[in-house]
Amino acid sequence: MTAAAAVEAEPRRPDGVVRVAMRMWRTRVGAIITVALMLVAFFGRYVAPYGENEGIGVAMKPASELKQPSLFGTGELGRDIWTRFLYGGRPILVTAFLATAFALVFGTLIGLVAAYNRGKLDDLLMRAMDVILAFPQIILALLVISMFGATNTLIILTVGVSTVPRIARVVRGSAVSVVERDFVSAAEALGESRWRIIRSELLPNVSAPLLVEANLRLTFSIGVIAGIAFLGFTADPVAANWGLMINENRGGLLGKQPWGTTLPTIAIALLTIGTGLIGDGLSRAAAGVDRARGDA
Amino acid sequence: MSALVIRNLRIEVADSGDDIVDEVDLVIAPGEVLGLVGESGSGKTTVGLSVLGHARRGVRLAGGSVEIGESAMMELDERSLRAARGRLVSYVPQDPSTALNPALRIGTQLMEVMEFHGFGGTRESRRARAAEVMGEVLLPGTPEFLRRYPHQLSGGQQQRVGLAMAFACRPSVIVLDEPTTGLDVSTQAHVLATVRELTRQHGVAALYVTHDLAVVANLADRVAVMYAGRIVEQGPTRSIFEAPSHPYTRYLTAAAPDISGGRAIVGLSGRAPSPGKRPVGCAFALRCELATEACHTSFPAITEVAVGHTVRCLRPGEVPERTRSQGIVFAGAAAGEAALSLRSVHAAYTRHAVVHDVSFDVRRGECLALVGESGSGKSTLSRSIGGLHREWTGEIVLNGEVLRRSSRDRPTSQRLSIQYVFQNPYSSLHPRRSVGESVERPLRIAGIGRDVARRTVYEMLERVSLTAAFASRYPDQLSGGERQRVAIARALVSKPSVLICDEVTSALDVLVQAAVVELLVELQHELGLSMLFVTHNLPLVRSLAQRVAVMADGKIVELGPTEQVLASPEQEYTRRLLADTPSISTAIGAS
Repeated sequence: MTAAAAVEAEPRRPDGVVRVAMRMWRTRVGAIITVALMLVAFFGRYVAPYGENEGIGVAMKPASELKQPSLFGTGELGRDIWTRFLYGGRPILVTAFLATAFALVFGTLIGLVAAYNRGKLDDLLMRAMDVILAFPQIILALLVISMFGATNTLIILTVGVSTVPRIARVVRGSAVSVVERDFVSAAEALGESRWRIIRSELLPNVSAPLLVEANLRLTFSIGVIAGIAFLGFTADPVAANWGLMINENRGGLLGKQPWGTTLPTIAIALLTIGTGLIGDGLSRAAAGVDRARGDA
Repeated sequence: MSALVIRNLRIEVADSGDDIVDEVDLVIAPGEVLGLVGESGSGKTTVGLSVLGHARRGVRLAGGSVEIGESAMMELDERSLRAARGRLVSYVPQDPSTALNPALRIGTQLMEVMEFHGFGGTRESRRARAAEVMGEVLLPGTPEFLRRYPHQLSGGQQQRVGLAMAFACRPSVIVLDEPTTGLDVSTQAHVLATVRELTRQHGVAALYVTHDLAVVANLADRVAVMYAGRIVEQGPTRSIFEAPSHPYTRYLTAAAPDISGGRAIVGLSGRAPSPGKRPVGCAFALRCELATEACHTSFPAITEVAVGHTVRCLRPGEVPERTRSQGIVFAGAAAGEAALSLRSVHAAYTRHAVVHDVSFDVRRGECLALVGESGSGKSTLSRSIGGLHREWTGEIVLNGEVLRRSSRDRPTSQRLSIQYVFQNPYSSLHPRRSVGESVERPLRIAGIGRDVARRTVYEMLERVSLTAAFASRYPDQLSGGERQRVAIARALVSKPSVLICDEVTSALDVLVQAAVVELLVELQHELGLSMLFVTHNLPLVRSLAQRVAVMADGKIVELGPTEQVLASPEQEYTRRLLADTPSISTAIGAS
């Protein structure tokens, strides 16, 4: 009877967080917004009407006052705003993704190692994380960049490093309770190596909160990097960049030509809302998934 | 005049309308204790809560009536219900440590209950009542004691405070939901005596919800047995235990380990159908060896088999062959050499000594039970042997080789020849790894190739009464008993010479527990395993161990052949432990 009942049901891996999250409307809306903006950011430049730094007329003129056809008019140096907008997303997204990926790898590693080796190593690692955490992220980034100059590598590294402790704390927090569970003891009794226990016993069981946190950090990184760019720190000062655009064109905001500021602002806001919605969906799913799994 | 009358109660899942509980009729007189027994998921707690007019979220009280005196609990509005709860009917939950507010003094909490119900008129009279009710539950009612916080009390004392709060306003009905789970036998014995005393003395009707038959046999006047949301048998305690008429009750009594009865426990595989999947006929027919065609097509009506003893079965009183108890055969303690020996082992937990100078042998092919109450150090000791706990000194010898302290420092061959089965099957399996992958790991570590390993895994799964098809399943698709079988398969697949079982049945229902114990006994005989069976459940020991070691305060106080230790214990501690352990046969024989 037991065996028969068991064979009836399809063998399946327990539903993952992503799958559960995608059943919620908020996650779907978030995903649509995010994917749409990513498409614009990555492929927009191939449909841009003009060149990235091509002047098409007098600076700060609305489309109606221009001889050349233009969707949103010109920016501060007479370049087409729509074109600049289509070019300007990629640098921010790429750096934000890389910075988050960097933080994810090292944060997860530090968090898991700290959780598994409670005691001195744990204290040492987490206090080191606290030191980094003590600096406000944007100030730390500005300090380093103003000292060594704005290069892409440096922006990625500073944002990445300052995000590491945030991820490490979350990972350690959820891994500590996993370490206490008996299947970890079972693996130890079998003599699995430390590295294997961390990788295949702990990691899969913190994946839900990790995913939520990674998403949140991506949202923050986009904000920080756009902020740095707004303050004028970009690797290539003439290249289009949403953050930089907001600053360059802010003179037109109160005049006749607000588009140079509003377009990138809306894009960054939407991107943050989109990734935020995904994160929200993931965290709700994670809470539900954990409950269904029954930590008896 | 009855204190509590439940008529034709139906409780549903609010969304689907599937029945959780149906056709439940219960009547309890003042001063009477009714034991409501059933396995987890049978709906017994749901019925208990309905007496307070309460349904958990997503659950709806759909039909029938619950009446306490003049009050129809299912008709009352939220406001009147709040007034009734605590005054008319009160509830004692399973876990006292979560039921008491940790931030408030126990006296404050006790006074709060009475104030809310306007009991006793003045502050002075309430204070006097608080002291009085503390006395009734055998706790000091002094102001100093009432000023304590819950964490300053032991588990047993906390549960007594829970009882005091329940009895404070002199309710006419009290619902107790497994109030002694998690308490030691001696504490349990005291709490049960208090419940019995208070209900008799003050004429309170008690509904005692539990899965423990021995407790019911000792406490209840009448028993109702629930299966898959229906009451299948109900009657006076004596009549139920002497002449169980429903096959399910027969199985339950056959599965319950009894400290005084010299019989082997019998398990039953399978599980009760869950709400929405229940058949039209008798829900037990799927697992019943007496089931006929008619059992599957119609739900049996109530038959009266003796005075006040009713049963819902088409073949009442017939005895399933499997439940005919065989006298237990104690395989005479194997006189063989030691597979595992401990030589003056001391262990500490965060520098606090918990195990003192323990020495014993587990002989080849023998099952040695290590029995003790919580905090006796038995788990620390067994984890030390398994290399999971490092703070120990002394010598542990496995097959002539001295073991290193931590499993990490032991060679693979040693690690694989001493295996561990954990208490909680819900936490001992990796939730995202299939059964096959989990069971295969020890073999892969031993360096066995994938194909051979897989075949061995399939054989092992068959061995523990699962099928090869389970290999591709995940833990959340398995029941507790199935999970524990998987954990046993994982421990045995590397052919260890010593198996340590740490409270392996304490998270399981009685029928499943019996089935797991049967399996372990069978495996022990077939494979010539040496087993160290760690448990707090003394009656269980009789069914599988050749020798028993009794542990108290970190020391072994008594060690000897099972029969001898249980029949004529030499130590005062063991005697007290035996006396406090509730027994069905003693209760029925004596009452």
